[in-house]
Amino acid sequence: MSVLVYTENWDGKFKKSSFELVSYASKVAELVNTVPVALSIGKVDRSELEKLGKYGAHKIIHATGDQMDVFDAGLFAHAIADMAIREGATVIILSNSNSGKALAPRLSVKLKAGLGSGVSKLPLSISPFTVYKRAYSGNAYAHLTIKTDIKILTLVQNSFELIEKNGTPVIEEVTLHPDGSGVKIRVTDVQKQTGKVLLTDAEIVVSGGRGMKSPDNWGPLEELAGLLDAATACSRPVSDEGWRGHEEHTGQTGKIINPNLYIAIGISGATQHLAGVSSSKYIVAVNTDKDAPIFEVAQYGIVGDAMKVLPRLIEAVREIKAK
Amino acid sequence: MRVLVCMSQVPDTTTRVKFVDDNKKLDTSGVQWIINPWDELSLTRALELKDDVNTGVKSVTLAHVGLATSEPTLRKALAIGADDAIRVNADPVDAFYVASQLAEVTKKDPYDIILCGIESSDHNGSNVGGMLAELLDLPSVSGVSGIHITGGQIQISREIDGGREMVTLPVPFVAIVQKGIAKEPRIAAMRGIMMARTKVIKVVEPVAAKAYTEVTGFELPKPRAACRFIDPERPKLLIELLQNEAKVI
Repeated sequence: MSVLVYTENWDGKFKKSSFELVSYASKVAELVNTVPVALSIGKVDRSELEKLGKYGAHKIIHATGDQMDVFDAGLFAHAIADMAIREGATVIILSNSNSGKALAPRLSVKLKAGLGSGVSKLPLSISPFTVYKRAYSGNAYAHLTIKTDIKILTLVQNSFELIEKNGTPVIEEVTLHPDGSGVKIRVTDVQKQTGKVLLTDAEIVVSGGRGMKSPDNWGPLEELAGLLDAATACSRPVSDEGWRGHEEHTGQTGKIINPNLYIAIGISGATQHLAGVSSSKYIVAVNTDKDAPIFEVAQYGIVGDAMKVLPRLIEAVREIKAK
Repeated sequence: MRVLVCMSQVPDTTTRVKFVDDNKKLDTSGVQWIINPWDELSLTRALELKDDVNTGVKSVTLAHVGLATSEPTLRKALAIGADDAIRVNADPVDAFYVASQLAEVTKKDPYDIILCGIESSDHNGSNVGGMLAELLDLPSVSGVSGIHITGGQIQISREIDGGREMVTLPVPFVAIVQKGIAKEPRIAAMRGIMMARTKVIKVVEPVAAKAYTEVTGFELPKPRAACRFIDPERPKLLIELLQNEAKVI
């Protein structure tokens, strides 16, 4: 018996979200009276694998093999399912990330396991196994009961704290054997953002809307983001106009994020935009319109002109960072 | 090539969400139903591909699991330009159940490209597309932000953490699509609306299938405290609050 947690790696490295997953899996394992086992696919150094032990993993399976260089959800799900069966996993946890969302439903079918995706808390109950997840694009939460013997959960990034535990995990090397049908997917090009803080990883996000008036005004916004080690984001009209890249669009049909702090500059707060950011722990809004809907969800607000307020905010942040 | 667009019907995005039946069901009184936004974008892209004779896409069929009450929404999708539709006459109780019904539809009559929206705006599951691919034992590409077909080759752009990958694969496959797949949803023109009336919606009965999950209740988000406004002349106060009170910087 075990709780299996799939920890994706990026060029052989884990991220904070990986440790959140292991912390979460450890807690779930306690609740179902078993132990957490981490599964990593692809080459990762021992010292990096051991980090997972710091967050409670009892055993870490280091799985490597041919045909696992390109992300093919079918092949990866096949490998994870095999490991889940081998480890007698009754609960399988993945991240609600691009890859997690691609893998979880395939695993669900393979293992005849009900899936609760986008959970942000520990299960509300174990018997019945009920989880709490976002519904109606953030306008409600659903209590979802998973009726099958094996359960799969995908955990939202930045929704569960890191819990350190002492322990020396066992690291097991496993060689994956390629599936008979082989890889169908071939990568022909990759475009990566370099240098910038990834929007989905960022703890602080500074975002601009139409109230910024022009793409030429983004300098101070980027400066504020830089000082806060924040990622930059934008509302849909801004990305549609081409003022900012599509990867910055946060909202219902763009990215859904839940940073610790979301600073919305010149964003009115249309329903579709809020669907992307309403789970943020803190929302700060700067807008010239005191009745802008964004102020209904913000904890802190400034009614004012972004162009005047931003330089003052920058100065204030510089001051406190200097201390 | 034949394209299948899986679509669900959802409440309009601006619906005031409320629950009835002891918070177990959405209060549907006054709800305007729309095509799930991602499904609408995937339909748009499918039609764009069909419009281009060089792609080889010959038909675009809709597949939907829902009761007769969804037919007006299906007609809207037909009016936008889909050739025909298949409705599995069943209440879409959970993702696995829906995927099982869709799998039955396609098993009898295979398609080259199956498009599914990344999630539906009501359940936010991100489940059906991947489940369908696995049930059909087809490769799947997720986070698809573009599909192009040139010289017989299919190029798909998919979102990865911090970037984008261009991939290629042979048909048949399932593409789970997100923002970017089409710039804007296509609007039904008058002619399309007229033609939609005579397009076929084939109704099939569901096969026996399980539901692996069940929503046992909903809750509304807790009401938020009122926003604290800070004097625009003194934004330093905001930074101090964020540091000392919220402790986020």
